[in-house]
Amino acid sequence: MRRSVGLGLLMTLACPLALAGQGGPAADSLAKAANAASAANTVAINFVWTLVAGFLVMFMQAGFAMVETGFTRAKNAAHTITMNFMVYGIAMLAYWVVGFALQAGGVGALGTLGGYDKLAHEVSLTIAGKEWGLFGGTGFFLTGVAYTAPVFAYFLFQMVFMDTAATIPTGALAERWKFSAFAVFSVFVGAFIYPIYANWTWGGGWLAMLGKNLGLGHGHVDFAGSSVVHMTGGVMAFVTAALLGPRRGKYNADGSVNAIPGHNIPMALIGTFILAFGWFGFNAGSTLAGSDLRIGVIATNTMLAGAAGGVTSMLYMWFKYGKPDPSMMANGTLAGLVAITAPCAFVTAPSAVLIGGIAGVLVCVAVFFIDGKLRIDDPVGAISVHGVNGLWGILALGLLADGTYGDGWNGVNGAVRGLFYGDASQFAAQLIGGVANFVGVGAMAFVAYKVTAFVVGGHRVAPEVEELGLDLPEMGALAYPDTQEISSAVILSETASGGGIGQLEPEPEAV
Amino acid sequence: MKLITAVVRPERLAQVKAALFRAGVTGITINRVSGHGGEVELQEHYRGRTVVLEFREKVRLEMAVSEPFVEPTIKAILTSARTGHVGDGKIFVQPLERVIRIRTGEVDTAAVTAVTADAVQKQALKEAKL
Repeated sequence: MRRSVGLGLLMTLACPLALAGQGGPAADSLAKAANAASAANTVAINFVWTLVAGFLVMFMQAGFAMVETGFTRAKNAAHTITMNFMVYGIAMLAYWVVGFALQAGGVGALGTLGGYDKLAHEVSLTIAGKEWGLFGGTGFFLTGVAYTAPVFAYFLFQMVFMDTAATIPTGALAERWKFSAFAVFSVFVGAFIYPIYANWTWGGGWLAMLGKNLGLGHGHVDFAGSSVVHMTGGVMAFVTAALLGPRRGKYNADGSVNAIPGHNIPMALIGTFILAFGWFGFNAGSTLAGSDLRIGVIATNTMLAGAAGGVTSMLYMWFKYGKPDPSMMANGTLAGLVAITAPCAFVTAPSAVLIGGIAGVLVCVAVFFIDGKLRIDDPVGAISVHGVNGLWGILALGLLADGTYGDGWNGVNGAVRGLFYGDASQFAAQLIGGVANFVGVGAMAFVAYKVTAFVVGGHRVAPEVEELGLDLPEMGALAYPDTQEISSAVILSETASGGGIGQLEPEPEAV
Repeated sequence: MKLITAVVRPERLAQVKAALFRAGVTGITINRVSGHGGEVELQEHYRGRTVVLEFREKVRLEMAVSEPFVEPTIKAILTSARTGHVGDGKIFVQPLERVIRIRTGEVDTAAVTAVTADAVQKQALKEAKL
């Protein structure tokens, strides 16, 4: 099978060369056939690239699960990791039913995936003769015009991005969030909160139209989701963590702040590496085209920015507190990756290192500020990593995009340029994109939080549950039963019913 | 009979065990424990917040020994667990009223001596010479 495919490819490549010098009508039709075959191969390469990149992004769920669980306490480990585990399925099904249609129902032609163009229903407002898209309206349940290979491939790739955003609040709200509240809130994330902002930026909505309609650069440009995915997750985490309140014991009566160290630093750092690996799919996959050779620039910029963020956060903590803090190095690496996600395709290597390096320091400052000044308890630093640096990422694009890529982006001619490369209006569009995220996503998260509270009767576990740990009361299972005192209680109840080992009665046999 | 309880540094446990075996003391129960002695409290940082490590990791050993073994046990622990720095630990010696071996019902001195004590000691001395 593999050999015959290879042979076919070889013939496709060889035909135009062999026939080039001959001319004549027969040769023309053969050349046409060869071109058609070549185009079909390009689409196939794009399909495979998009799907494989999507598989990489899906594995980032494992990275998130390990980072968040490692940074929380052992008594809540089963609860924390189960939230990360189930957000995948809960948010996915909500996205399948409603979310995808709202996000991509009006996306138009899927250019790199064969040009399928039936997702064309965008609900929009007309103001001063211009169309401003609000949300899409086709593709519910992936049925009807959506039941086709290009849309399914596109769905898979977009779905794993949505799940990345959906799993961000679980870290900020860890160790005190009722599992039922988490489950209901995640439905809102997959069905509404994420898809609507994603439509505005990626689905042909009003933020994307800022360039065409108002002449602001190329509209709000976010290559792989600094705002769409990460800032959305960070803003949801910010709003909900502020509403939920800090963990018991985080703040003292005199106003001082306590550290609550996580229970497994190696787990958190391995999770960070898994995320950094998945990020290659996240950013380079966002071309939706393996035939777009810019993927070389994108992947390398991603790599550089993540490394720069890790290094600057290490140096910052080392100088400031005397020792390099492993948990902040993990946050710094992720901050660099979040920040480069929007600009990865549009900037030079030195810019990528600068963007990541600034992110690594920014995340340390933000953690301290949110923890100490805003007094919002975020056990894993999700707000600082994803929210603050998501915003930094889109602004960095508005400053440093160098005009070598993005011709025709959002229907605007010419490559994307930032403020330092001659287009101040692009920076304005990025600012609007950031404000729209904070206001739009923030408001939707607030409403979803309140509705969820109404449905499940509050978000917060009882104080006794929080003291004991959420594993048994919420999940009915301990993460580490053999190291818990409770395991001796189980053995006690066994010995109470019988004597020593020698006196145990055999189980009655089935008749 | 005495119950000897020793609290020692975890990193010296292997040497302490070897020294006890050479002295012929082979019945030992150990626990990982945390405690506070004369050490200065350690201050570290986690995510920019101060963490005070109030208690240090130690290992607690408990041995029930007959009278002739009391002094050799103490000597073995002193020579093997000592580093000369604050935090080397303590040895507590208490009288022991009764000891019963569950398997056989043997009591007191017969019960505190492990059945394999001689073989274990011989092996430990052999290893020490190598």
